[in-house]
Amino acid sequence: MAETSSLLALEDVTKVYHMGDVDVHALRGVSLAVEEGEFVAIMGASGSGKSTLMNIIGCLDRPTAGRYLLAGEEVSRLDRNALAEKRNRTLGFVFQNFNLLSRTSAIENVELPLLYAGMHTRDRHARAEAALARVGLADRVHHHPNQMSGGQQQRVAIARALVASPKVILADEPTGNLDSVTSVEVMAIFQELRDSGITVVLVTHEPDIARYAARVVVMKDGKVLSDVRQEPQRAVPAPGGAVEGGQP
Amino acid sequence: MNILQTARVAIRALLRNKMRSFLTTLGIIIGVSAVIAMVAIGEGAKSQVEASFASMGSNLLIVLPGSTTAGGQHGGFGSMPTLTWEDLRAIRTEVPAVRYAAAQLASGAQMQSEDQNWSTRVFGTTTEFFQIRNWPTAMGSPMSESDVESGTKVVFLGQTVVDRLFGANSNPIGQLVRIRNIPFEVKGVLAKKGQSPMGQDYDDAAYIPLKTYQTKIQGGLQQFISGVILIGAVSESGTQLAEKQITALLRDRHRIGPGQDDDFSIRNLTELASAQEAGTKTLTTLLASIAAVSLLVGGIGIMNIMLVSVTERTREIGVRMAVGAKPRNILAQFLVEALTLAIAGGVIGIGLGLLAAQRLATQFHWPMLIRPDVIVVSVVFSALVGVVFGLYPARKASRLDPIDALRFE
Repeated sequence: MAETSSLLALEDVTKVYHMGDVDVHALRGVSLAVEEGEFVAIMGASGSGKSTLMNIIGCLDRPTAGRYLLAGEEVSRLDRNALAEKRNRTLGFVFQNFNLLSRTSAIENVELPLLYAGMHTRDRHARAEAALARVGLADRVHHHPNQMSGGQQQRVAIARALVASPKVILADEPTGNLDSVTSVEVMAIFQELRDSGITVVLVTHEPDIARYAARVVVMKDGKVLSDVRQEPQRAVPAPGGAVEGGQP
Repeated sequence: MNILQTARVAIRALLRNKMRSFLTTLGIIIGVSAVIAMVAIGEGAKSQVEASFASMGSNLLIVLPGSTTAGGQHGGFGSMPTLTWEDLRAIRTEVPAVRYAAAQLASGAQMQSEDQNWSTRVFGTTTEFFQIRNWPTAMGSPMSESDVESGTKVVFLGQTVVDRLFGANSNPIGQLVRIRNIPFEVKGVLAKKGQSPMGQDYDDAAYIPLKTYQTKIQGGLQQFISGVILIGAVSESGTQLAEKQITALLRDRHRIGPGQDDDFSIRNLTELASAQEAGTKTLTTLLASIAAVSLLVGGIGIMNIMLVSVTERTREIGVRMAVGAKPRNILAQFLVEALTLAIAGGVIGIGLGLLAAQRLATQFHWPMLIRPDVIVVSVVFSALVGVVFGLYPARKASRLDPIDALRFE
């Protein structure tokens, strides 16, 4: 079962939503431990509770019952401010629809977590530029989201997720809005991040995407159905792909 | 995250929607400029009233002789001479609140220069008159004691009379004019004084020494003054005291018992002036309050747009929260946005208000009067409007659930 030394440790976590008179049991006792440096894919049909699980892991929501330890610290009863701090320092988010601020340049989007961490402007710029370079967008620093392709936008979002040096990057269907070529490029970046020691937790319903993870957790009806470690497939971007310079 | 960073984020957010930001501030701009312009109008009107009362004379009281009562018919004040020269002397010497006292006799008269003629009012008076009226000489010399004592045939003309008899911009000093066919030498021209509060032209008048008036223009009674006595009190606040003291003195001198009516009347022009001033002040307050209401409406406009903005930017709020913005960061951002809109509106409004005030001042020929306190109050008030009306939308934004906000379409 979950060990307190794990980076993420959920112990018998339940989540009940009250929708009017009806109680919806989104999670019915989930226990899960993720070690540092793991690449986990959470799979499941819609309504299986995988998004709820992701929200709880991401400190966006609190469990109704059970314990959640993030880097050894119990966070399931923290208040909104403390949770915000956890999201800011320990976690990074990547969303299906990128969720970049419109009419805001790539670098400003990437700087956002550092801004809320209270970092000085000059350090912020340097860190954000480095993060953008890491996802291959050094030449797109001042572009706005509407001037970029979906793959580029998602890479900006990944740069934003990793800029504050989080322990965990949580990605919710990160390839859901991307074509298969771009999806591979994005997965290559996630694998590269994992290689550098960042834990990656990915929610997806596509088995093709889950292949790139080293561990696949399948959810069903608010419970863990299976939890399998596998040899991940290496994501190899197509030659001339976006990582090197991006699409025109 | 410090206030400077918050302000930068807020301003950047506002600049992303320039047109909307401008339209939102428009309410405050109009409100503040209206307040500034209205107060400037009020102050200008007030100063004009003040100036016209000051031109009548400083701390002025006018003592009029009493009315006749014949067979139950009351004549008006001044219909019977009751004031004597002795009364005038007594007022001058016995009433401490009085600085100057001068008799003023008047009658209409035809005046002629060499080639022009003009009908005006001719006044016989003494040197004190010009002190009471605060009326300097523009050309030539003022009336002297020796003019008054020896009854010389000299005349001091108002500017309108000079214009009529000699033409504009002429120097009539030393020339002869005829008043009722009696030649007078023009010894002085009085400074232009303008209109009385009732619209009467002060400059359409000629002044001659009292004694000359009595011997050449109107003989009248020896003992009684066939005109009025002008009084200059020692101070503005002294006018009421002077009024009381003169009333007591004259009642005593005229042997009027208790319960009997005065046989004279005193007009206190300072009181009239302060009544007028109170009137313009009320008007100013009224105008400013109406303008302040428009400021309030501007504030509601800000709240409205901020609420729309919060709804529209729900996703943005969700993203900010997901990357670590605390509720208070979101609250501060939206509050600073509202505040920035309000203060920017306030500053632009002050500029426009001053411009409007200046144009109005030129239009109506009154001095441009800007009250710094009004400007400060306007800025503070618009900032307050920003905070008050920005607080609700900002709280709403800060209380959003990050998951719901991220999912918001």
